[in-house]
Amino acid sequence: MSGHVHRDDLGSRLGMWLFLVTEMVLFGGLFIGYSYMRYRYPAEFHHGGMELNATLGVINTLVLLTSSLTVVLSIVAVQRGEKQRAMALLGTTLGLGLTFLVIKGFEWSAKFHHGLYPNSAHLATLPPGEQVFFGLYFTMTGLHGVHVIAGLSVLSVMLWWVATDRIRQDRYIHLENSGLYWHLVDVIWIFLLPLFYLAA
Amino acid sequence: MNDTLHSHEAPIEHPGYGTFIGVWLLLLLLTGCLVGLSHVSQTYAVWGLMTLTPLKAGLVFYYFMHLKYEGPVFKVVVLVTLGTLLIFFALLFSDVAFR
Repeated sequence: MSGHVHRDDLGSRLGMWLFLVTEMVLFGGLFIGYSYMRYRYPAEFHHGGMELNATLGVINTLVLLTSSLTVVLSIVAVQRGEKQRAMALLGTTLGLGLTFLVIKGFEWSAKFHHGLYPNSAHLATLPPGEQVFFGLYFTMTGLHGVHVIAGLSVLSVMLWWVATDRIRQDRYIHLENSGLYWHLVDVIWIFLLPLFYLAA
Repeated sequence: MNDTLHSHEAPIEHPGYGTFIGVWLLLLLLTGCLVGLSHVSQTYAVWGLMTLTPLKAGLVFYYFMHLKYEGPVFKVVVLVTLGTLLIFFALLFSDVAFR
C-alpha cells in the first residue's frame, strides 16, 4: 500500500444522513403524538399556546435560521481557502447558538416562575389537555435544546480544527457533517415554532 | 478493490455565497408570512403550518443541507423516512377517525 490516504467522503456523508433520519423519526414520533393530542384537546392547546411568548419564539427562529446560514457559508469559505472568514462565520454560528439558548433559558425561567414546570403543583391543577400541552412543550423544546447544546459542542471542535488546519480546502467532510446536524436542529425548530408558539 | 470516493476526484461546481444568502432571505420572508397568517385566524394559521413550514424545511434540506447537489441515494433515504412518518401519521388518524 502506498502512502495514499483513503477517504470516502460520499460514504461519510451518507452515514451522517442515515444518522439524521433516525433523529427525524425520533422527533417525527413526537410530532405525531402532538398532532393527536391537539386533535383531542383543541381548546386546551389553544389556551396553552397563549401562555407562550410568541415574540421570543419568532426571534429564536430568526436566530437559528441565521446560524444555519453562517454555518453553510463557513463551508463555502473553507472550499475557497478563506480560513479567517470560515473561522469568523463559525464563531458567529456559535454566538447565535448561545443566544438561542439564553433566550430559551429566559423563556423557561418565566414559565418556572409562574409554576409551570413538569410535575409542578400548579400544573396539576390545570385541565388534562393543558397538562399534555405543557408536557409536550417541555419535552420537545427540551430535547431540541439538548440537540442545540450537542451541535454547539461539535461546531466548537470544528472551529478548533479549522484554526489548526485539520479542516482545510481539500478536507472538510467533518465540517460538512457537523453542518448537516446543525441544519437538522434548525429544521426541527422550524416545525416547533408554529406548533407551539403560533398555535394560539 | 481499493476504490474510495474522493470529493476532489470528480470536481463539482460548489454553490457560492449568493445562493445561500438568497435562500436565507426567502426563509425570513416565509417566516414573516407564517407569523402574519397566524394573526389572521386559526384556519389561516393551520394552512400556514401545513404549507409554509414544510416549504421552509424543504429549502433547508435542499440548499443548506446540499441535498440538491447529492445523488439519488440521498434523496431516496430522506423520502423513504418522510414517507414512513406519513404512513404512521395516516394509520394513527385512520384509527382515530373510526373511534
